[in-house]
Formats: sequence, structure tokens, C-alpha cells
Amino acid sequence: MDIKDSYELPLPKERIWAALNDEEFLKKSIPWCEKLERRSETELAAEVKLKIGPMSTRFTGSITLSDIDPPNGYTITGSGKGGIAGAASGSAKVKLVEAKDTSSTTLSYEVSAQVKGKIAQLGSRLIQSTAKKLSQNFFGSFVKQLEDMDKPQ
Amino acid sequence: MNEVTKIDGIGSSVRRTEDKKFLTGKGKYTDDINRPGQVQAYFLRSDVAHAKIKKIDIKNAQSAPGVIGVFTGDDIAADKVGGPICGWVVPCRDGSATKEPPHPLLAQGKVRFVGDAIAVVLAETAEQAKSGAELIDVDYEELSPVVDFENAGDGAQIHDEVPNNCYFDWELGDEKATADALSGAKKIVKLRVRNNRLVPNAMEPRSALAEFDNLDDSYTLHTTSQNPHLTRLVLAAFMFAIPESKLRVIAPDVGGGFGSKIYVYIEEAVCVWASKKVGRPVKWTADRTQAFLTDCHGRDHVNDVQLGLDENNKIVGLRVDTVCNLGAYLSAFSVVVPTYLHGTLLSGQYDIPAIYTNVKGMATNTVNVDAYRGAGRPEATYLLERTMEAAAREVGMDPAEFRRINFIPKDAFPYQTQVALQYDIGDYEPHLDKAMEMIDYSNFETRRAEAAKRGMYRGIGISSYIEACGLAPSAVVGALGGRVGQWESASVRVNPTGTISVFTGSHSHGQGHATTFAQIVADKLGIPMENVEVVHGDTDKTPFGMGSYGSRSLASGGSAISKAVDKIINKSKKIAAHLLEASEDDIDFKDGKFVVGGTDKEKAFGEIALAAYVPHNYPLETLEPGLEENAFYDPTNFVYPSGTHIAEVEVDPATGVVQVVDWAACDDFGNLVNPMIVEGQVHGGIAQGIGQALLEDAHYDENGQLLTASYMDYCMPRADDLPSFKVGYTTTPSTVNDLGVKGCGEAGAIASPPALINAVIDALSPLGVTDMSMPATPQKVWKAIQDSQSVAAE
Repeated sequence: MDIKDSYELPLPKERIWAALNDEEFLKKSIPWCEKLERRSETELAAEVKLKIGPMSTRFTGSITLSDIDPPNGYTITGSGKGGIAGAASGSAKVKLVEAKDTSSTTLSYEVSAQVKGKIAQLGSRLIQSTAKKLSQNFFGSFVKQLEDMDKPQ
Repeated sequence: MNEVTKIDGIGSSVRRTEDKKFLTGKGKYTDDINRPGQVQAYFLRSDVAHAKIKKIDIKNAQSAPGVIGVFTGDDIAADKVGGPICGWVVPCRDGSATKEPPHPLLAQGKVRFVGDAIAVVLAETAEQAKSGAELIDVDYEELSPVVDFENAGDGAQIHDEVPNNCYFDWELGDEKATADALSGAKKIVKLRVRNNRLVPNAMEPRSALAEFDNLDDSYTLHTTSQNPHLTRLVLAAFMFAIPESKLRVIAPDVGGGFGSKIYVYIEEAVCVWASKKVGRPVKWTADRTQAFLTDCHGRDHVNDVQLGLDENNKIVGLRVDTVCNLGAYLSAFSVVVPTYLHGTLLSGQYDIPAIYTNVKGMATNTVNVDAYRGAGRPEATYLLERTMEAAAREVGMDPAEFRRINFIPKDAFPYQTQVALQYDIGDYEPHLDKAMEMIDYSNFETRRAEAAKRGMYRGIGISSYIEACGLAPSAVVGALGGRVGQWESASVRVNPTGTISVFTGSHSHGQGHATTFAQIVADKLGIPMENVEVVHGDTDKTPFGMGSYGSRSLASGGSAISKAVDKIINKSKKIAAHLLEASEDDIDFKDGKFVVGGTDKEKAFGEIALAAYVPHNYPLETLEPGLEENAFYDPTNFVYPSGTHIAEVEVDPATGVVQVVDWAACDDFGNLVNPMIVEGQVHGGIAQGIGQALLEDAHYDENGQLLTASYMDYCMPRADDLPSFKVGYTTTPSTVNDLGVKGCGEAGAIASPPALINAVIDALSPLGVTDMSMPATPQKVWKAIQDSQSVAAE
């Protein structure tokens, strides 16, 4: 399945790029993320708790960053095992495009996700909507945090 | 005058004696049975479809709370336990044999479908076993999954032993004669149909409870089986290499099988193995998801059909090319289902002078496919009856008349088909006529017009099916590649007071044998049914028998009982002759009494029984005491039920919903023993067929994940999907067995899908729709309507 969306932010590209590479900032954008630790330049370890349809599952796995093209974007790929519930993997291509007058930047993403095992067997119809909701949650709160920080205190 | 006792004999709709316990929730199924000290098993299953196993780390699971043991394929291999076997193989066109790859009980280096068992965890509770399994870490090297069976030959090789993922490439019939017939035909009707993949969904999931007795080195296995003796034979002789006498298999109450409980699955074998390994009884019960993932699925064919007609619309030839999906491993009967149980039925009820069929059985990374209610015959009937309907439309004939002119005439029996079978008897026009009358066929166009006024599309569809059941004789089965006999056994024990215990090799898992078999005995002996008890499902109690599948119980098992009762009557006559001081030839047996012909001298059946067991006045010098007889009956041929089903539907163009508004089923099952039970079987079969035609579809995604693995996504028929069925019969008694009976268990599921799809196509025919695949879901039907309208607009 593939999910696409984009947001326009009244911020310069570098500012967003920095946030995209700050794990503390990312973690705050993922309410269901229980752990996010940087292991290297391109690798993070993650623990997330997700509810997909009837199943509430904790996934442990790794996140890798690739196609890194500062400050224009990267591909973030994650895969996690949820024990008996099965496994999930997905990747998001994130792109930043600054407006000509540099007053704003468009953040766009394309997500693809795959599930295996029990999640596929029980929740396949719910994966699309769950992945969409999670993507919107993540990028939505990521954008909101940036906007909040930018507000005059 | 003698008092006349009412005998609930053959032909009487006696209520099922077994239903009291089932309807009050008192049935005793495998999972209801518990043993002191038992441990629970949980199987860790692959969640990828095709992968090499690089490493299995069981350390954390072994130390998890409550865990008694964790075992993998290496542990099984160390004890040299074999895997499930294939019960029937066929030769390939190129002269090679069916490719039979090994099927390890637990994965050995590779997993081949989502659900393939990798390890077993034994723990004090089921929860602890499951939690323990969660701690096993499996490191996979994923391989490209093969899901699309039509193109499986181009996919990654699943087994080293199976080149191009093709288990077999088989043919039947005369290819040249058929090609000649088709090239000379005035018209060739071509059709490509798909028989959708189904999940059997027995109400009771599979379960096993294995115990090992170290005092005498013997095992007892309670399991959900349709054939406990075959389960014992396969486990003892082929998997564990122990004497059969050291393994007792009990299949107690079993809640439905539909074919899926014929085979020995890896789980019960692992339970048997583990019960000795850990020295405690081992219990396993599938949950519904495991049932979806690991019970053998059914159907999954694609058929290309060519039917040739002459200038009089008579069939001159038929060619069918089939590709079928057999899944990750060969199961017990997965080879015979699409070949000898499918190709041999392609003549249907029709006189077809030339037939040829080729079937390719493919391996894929999906669960095994094997027999499911009808097993090959629904696939044959579907392609043939869809083609008959399409041909009638193309030549502009009424589909009923088109069938009629092609029927095998009544006086042509026994009829030798061009695909091996010889039909002993049949008469097809009467059930076509009667079904047409039952549904008021001649006034259909009035009903269509009335529905159109309400904005509904109404359609009618026919299916005239042939069924071959009670697979036999054994010599032919063997010649065709079967590795089992196809006889059935019965032991009839007359107790000293004249009550009867019948021990049958058949197995009842919903069919009502306790009632039907008792009726046969009661009828033949002239005693009340209450005096007859039927025992089945325990290898320590019943004679070796083949179990129940393929609608064989009555034709084969019932006939064996009948033969054993004949032996009882013969011996009783000898005893009666002695007691009555008459010649054996002068003894008549009638209404439960042995009478000296032309006199009033008589002995009741009970008196004879008592004399046999208390032989104070008895011809001991020429006759053994006691009254108990066995019979092993090997039928001389299949029995051939046939019938016509007609479905009437209404399609709502706004929603695409197909409503089945009427159904006429007229079947020829030969003599009926219990018409009420037969009607129940017909209802159940049609319901399953309607499920296939409208609702059910097992779907794997391109990665081999089963997406329809729960009742949220796999749609089963419910009462409100079904009309009130009109059920009728014609009767040509089978010439194969003394009872004149045929089988009725699968006919409904065989007959119904094409009738329904033909009706849907007929309903949409005013829009120009000529094809519809199963299941005809609202979305698919709605889209067909939209597409036809956009074509019309162009």
C-alpha cells in the first residue's frame, strides 16, 4: 500500500531538516514511540506500541536512514518484530522543497508498508487506514511542534 | 394374532438419535478430554511464506515460566520420525512419476508457507506455551514467494525435488480423437473458469491429545479425524515405525470435517512424539486463525474448456486444460482430487464421444490444498455446467433443452464414458423435468418481467451434475495409483438378549450414522431401532476400516453392515432349524421371526440370540456358539448419484447484491435410508455451494500472507443468505450394492455453484454480461453492471 501527503510550513528548509535528524524531536512527534535511540549516523533502535484493529502490539526493531541528501530529504526505513503478532516493515521517502521566495517549505512523504503474520491475517483491512493515520499523526505532530517552537514566546 | 411392532426401518425419517447430546452441548470432543499431568503444546509458525532458516534461538523460550520443553525439526530428525505421506500418486505425461518432496514435521532449514511449523513449545498452560513461543528468535533469509499458481513454473523453486514447481503433469482421454472431433465441429464454445480457493471451516478446530504409557510402550491419541484407522496406520507404519498395536487412535465426537480431517497433520504426530519425549500427555488445539492457516484448503483451479458441437447442437468433443494449486507440500489425497476425482467426471450426464484433459498440479508457498466437500467433482461440474449454459446461449437454445438432447439416454446404461468411468445406471430426464416443475420453469419469463418492474434483474440457472462416490473397487484404485484399499468393514455383535452392537469402520462427524446404520440393521432384523447401538471412531473397538469421506459411508460402510447382518440371519436360520426341528431350507425369516414355512412354529430373533449364547439345546457339533459376524465389503464400482439443481436469483443493480430467491434440487440418490437426514445433507451441501459461489474466497497477497484468515475477512454463508430449498428426488437404485443406495453428502456442494453463477449471468444477460467469476460478490456484480453500461454508452 502506498500513502502520500504533503504539508506546507512557513519555515526554511534547513530548520526542518535539522528537526528530521534530531531523535529527541522525532520521538516527541511519535506518541506511540516508547524508545528511540541513535546507534550510528544512519541507524536508530526503536520500540513502538501500536494498536492495529483488535491487536495491541509492541514492536521492537531498527530504523535506518538512507538516500540522505541534506537538506533535501531522506528515506527512513523501519522494520520491527511484534512477536506472535507478526512483523511489520515500512519506509517513508521524505522530501523538502523550499519555495522560491524561501518563505515556506513543502514537506512531502510517500509511505509504503508491509505486514506479516497475525497482523496480516487479522488486520489486513485495517492496515491501510492504520498506516495512514500513523503517518498523519507523525507528520502532523512533527509539523505542529515546529510551528509551536517558532511561535513568539 | 401377533402384535405388530413399528420398525423405524429403511425409508423412515427417524430423528437423529445422536442429536440429544449435541443439541444440549454434551458432545465430547477431543478438546473436552483432559488427562492428569497433561502439558499444552503451541506451535511457532512461520510468518513469512518462503525463506531459509538461518538460525533458531530457543534459549529464552526454554527458561520461560511454565515451559517444559522446546523442540525443533532437528530434535524430530534425531529420532528419525517421518513426515506425512501422500496416499495417491499419478503418472505424468512424460512417463515420470509424481514428485513427492519430503514434508518434515517441523521445518528443516526452510519454511514454505505462512503457518509452516518451526518449533513446538510445551508448557503447563496454553498461555505459557504461547508466551514461550514468543521468545523464540528465528533468523530468516527470505526467498521470493510463489503465490500465483498459474505462473508458478517461473517462480523460485520451492522444493529441490520439484522442478518448475510442478508436482505432476497428468492426462486422461484420447488427445488425438478429441482434437479431430473439435476440428470437425460446427461450433467450438470456449470458456475459461476459475474455481476459487476455499477454507473448510469445520465448526470444531483440529485438536490432539497424545499419551505415552511407558509400562507397555504404547501410545493413545485422541484426535479430530474422519478415519482413525488410517491415522493409526500412517502414524505407526510410516512415521514412527512402531507396531499398530502400540497405538490406539480415538476420534471421539468430531465437529465436522468436509475433507479437512482426512489427513494426518504434523501437529498430531508431533504431539505423539512429544508425549514420549517429556513423559506427560500432550494436548494441542488449534485456534481459528491456525485453522485458516494450516487446515488443507480446497479447490483452486483454473480450467480452459473447449466444447465442440455438431450442426444439431450435439456435443462431439470436449477438451479441458487445468492448472491447479496444491500448495507447499503434497497432502494425502491432493494428487487424486484434481486428477482421478476430477478428470473422470468430465463427461457429466452427457454422451460425449471424445474427451481429453490435461492437469498440471503446482507447488506454491501457500498451505496444502486437498479434498473439500466434493473434492474434484465440484470443479468438474462447475466447468462443465458453466460451459453447457454458455453453449446453449451461443447456439440460441433453451439451456434445459440443450442439456436434454445431450443426455446419455436411459437405455444406454451401463454407459462407458471416454474418461475411464462406467456409469452403472441413471436416468437424467426425470430429474431435469421434476426440478423444472418444482421451480415453475415455464413461467420464469413472467417472474423476470415482474422483477424488472421493481428495478431488479431476475435470472435462472441450471446445473445437471453427476457425482461418483463410494470410491471402488480396490483393484482399480490400486491400478490408478492409490496406495490404500477402498473397502469398508463392519462387525455386528448380537448380544445374548437380542440387542445389537454394530462396530463400523466408517466415522461419523455429523452425518448421523448412529441413526442411519441402526435403521438398516433394525429393518433387516425386524427389531426396534432402540435395540441397535452403533460404535465408531476407536481403533481398539472397531474393525480396521477406511473411515468417512467421498460420500462413501452408506454405499460402502452401510453395505458392509448389511452383509454382516445377512451372515447373522444365515446363522440364525441354522439355529432356528435346530430349535424348531425343521430343515434350514424351510425356515423363513420375516418381521423378526424365524418361521417354519406353512406352519405356526416360530422363534423370535431374541430367542435365537439367547440360544446362541446359552447353547444348552444347540447343534454344537456343526455350529459354533455365539452370534457375531464381520464383513469386509469391496464394492465393484463407484455409485453415481445425479440430479438437477435450478437456482433463481434477483440482482439489485444499485448495490450488486445477489439474492437467492428460489432453489429446486431434484436428486437421484437411489434408495433413501433416512430422507430427513438426506434432506439435511442436501441443505448443507447447497449452503456450502452458495458460500463458494457468492461469498467465500481464500486470498493470499503477493507475499504469500493469507489476508482472509478470520471471519472478519472470510465470508461464510448465513441463514439469511439462503432461500427455503425445494428438495425432491427421483430414484434409480444403484446396481452396485444390495441396498441400492448412492451417496448424498457432497452432491449439494457439487451441484450448486454452477446453477447459481448461471443464474447470475442469466439475470445480467439483458445487459450483455456473459461471464461472472466466483465469488460473485456485490462489488464484482456491481462492476460488471457498470462496465456493461459503459460499453452500451460507447
